[in-house]
Amino acid sequence: MADVLIVVAKVVFVVLIVLQVMGLGVFFERKVSALIQDRIGANRAAIFGVAAFGLINTLVADPIKFLLKEDVVPAGTDRLLHFLAPVLAVVPLMLTFAVIPFGDVLEVGGRVITLQAAQLDVGILFVLAFVSLGVYGVVLGGWASNNRWSLLGGIRGSAQMISYEVAMGLALIGVVLTYGTLDLQAIARAQGALLGGWLPAWGVLYQPVAFLIFMVAGIAESKRIPFDLPESESELVSGYFTEYSGPKHLMFMMADFVEVVLVSAVVTTLFFGAWQVPWLFRDGFHFPWGATAPLPSLAVALLQVTAFVLKLVFFTWLQIVIRWTLPRFRYDQLMRLGWQGLLPVALANVVVSALLIVTVGARVA
Amino acid sequence: VSPLLFLVLALLTVVAAVTVIAHPNPVHSACALVVTLFLLAVFFVGLDAQLIAFLQIIVYAGAVVVLFLFVIMLLNLQREERATAGLAPVALAGLGGGALVLLLLRGLHGARTPPGADVGAGFGETAAVARKLFTTYLLPFELTSILLLVAIVGAVAIAQKRQP
Repeated sequence: MADVLIVVAKVVFVVLIVLQVMGLGVFFERKVSALIQDRIGANRAAIFGVAAFGLINTLVADPIKFLLKEDVVPAGTDRLLHFLAPVLAVVPLMLTFAVIPFGDVLEVGGRVITLQAAQLDVGILFVLAFVSLGVYGVVLGGWASNNRWSLLGGIRGSAQMISYEVAMGLALIGVVLTYGTLDLQAIARAQGALLGGWLPAWGVLYQPVAFLIFMVAGIAESKRIPFDLPESESELVSGYFTEYSGPKHLMFMMADFVEVVLVSAVVTTLFFGAWQVPWLFRDGFHFPWGATAPLPSLAVALLQVTAFVLKLVFFTWLQIVIRWTLPRFRYDQLMRLGWQGLLPVALANVVVSALLIVTVGARVA
Repeated sequence: VSPLLFLVLALLTVVAAVTVIAHPNPVHSACALVVTLFLLAVFFVGLDAQLIAFLQIIVYAGAVVVLFLFVIMLLNLQREERATAGLAPVALAGLGGGALVLLLLRGLHGARTPPGADVGAGFGETAAVARKLFTTYLLPFELTSILLLVAIVGAVAIAQKRQP
């Protein structure tokens, strides 16, 4: 019984982390874009005169508005698929967080709890599998709407997502070579080692090229500027979700932001030490200059979870700044970058990583 | 996997598989194919073959069927017109199918489930599968990759010829 409760608690905790960081992403989207464009941004809605820098507007007023709007289903749509598409866009992406570790272990009353919803031997493949299922929301949403703009958006989306998944997968092969495992918790733990006694052995030091490729491919997967061709407001109205309104439209928006958080989570886990805090071990801090600060298990776990969430927030913010900085690619540029730019570099990265591992042993073990 | 769960999953898989061939709308057929492939992956998980299960989702559900859908949408295929066959082909197909079912039932009659074989620890995990693949089955593995390479080169060659 206690075991079941622990699993439920972990699942609820993970979902809460994802939804909170996603909400913060939406807030950043409104306010960071305003800052970049020298505007004030969302600040109208307020509760008893408290607008909280637009937090009320973006996180309370906007969702209520979305949920209360009429759900218009145009004539000639495929009703079943039109209904299923937004669900298929969000659910697989939410599931991927099951294998993302958000902390090391927590010892409570002689029980050692791993801070990860599901520890899988094939964690990375789990993430890739469900990310690749996310494409169905886009394709089917575009097709079921019975609208040419939607269909064009859906077709663009499917081609784009498949193209960039190739580079993404190949970038991850370099990472897997470095760590020698597909288990995300094992990868997170391996990054606790110290190079030369002081430098945390985070993945980005071993796989900088894979990090860049994964980040670019990840932004392309989330279909946001500069890769927002499936949506491109200026030509396709709103692309694959043109014919969606109210709650279903909200779900497509949510899928976008969940994907942003997912890219942040995977980048953090693979390249930036996951939940690792430099020099923090299970029994407390061991500083490289010899000082130690012992901490109870609960404090260590709290610090790790906090570090993980802060890293998530940072990369979410980074992706939003990128989105508001760059213009949109042309379609041929998009395909060229994917197939002739990222793919060969990712392949070369695999070969070079393998050579370095065999010759100088450049791996985390 | 418990027998009840297996039965439910098997029933769902068969229903989805029949939908693939029976549904008049090609997009719905493709969606049913995704469901079928996903449920097969669930069976693989039940058989302790996690690696195969997720590869199945990535390759088939996540990529191959997306390409099917892509082509269906690009060609804008509509609901398929039912071709009406004469009585003779239908009767012949019915006879052949019935004979196959009888044969299967005959074969299954009195068959016993063998006791579960004892597999070592780590069975079906990535390391174990990889070790087998790169030692015992190295030759077939490499031959398959050459076959795939030939297919890729062939596809590129055919596509090139069409260009002016």
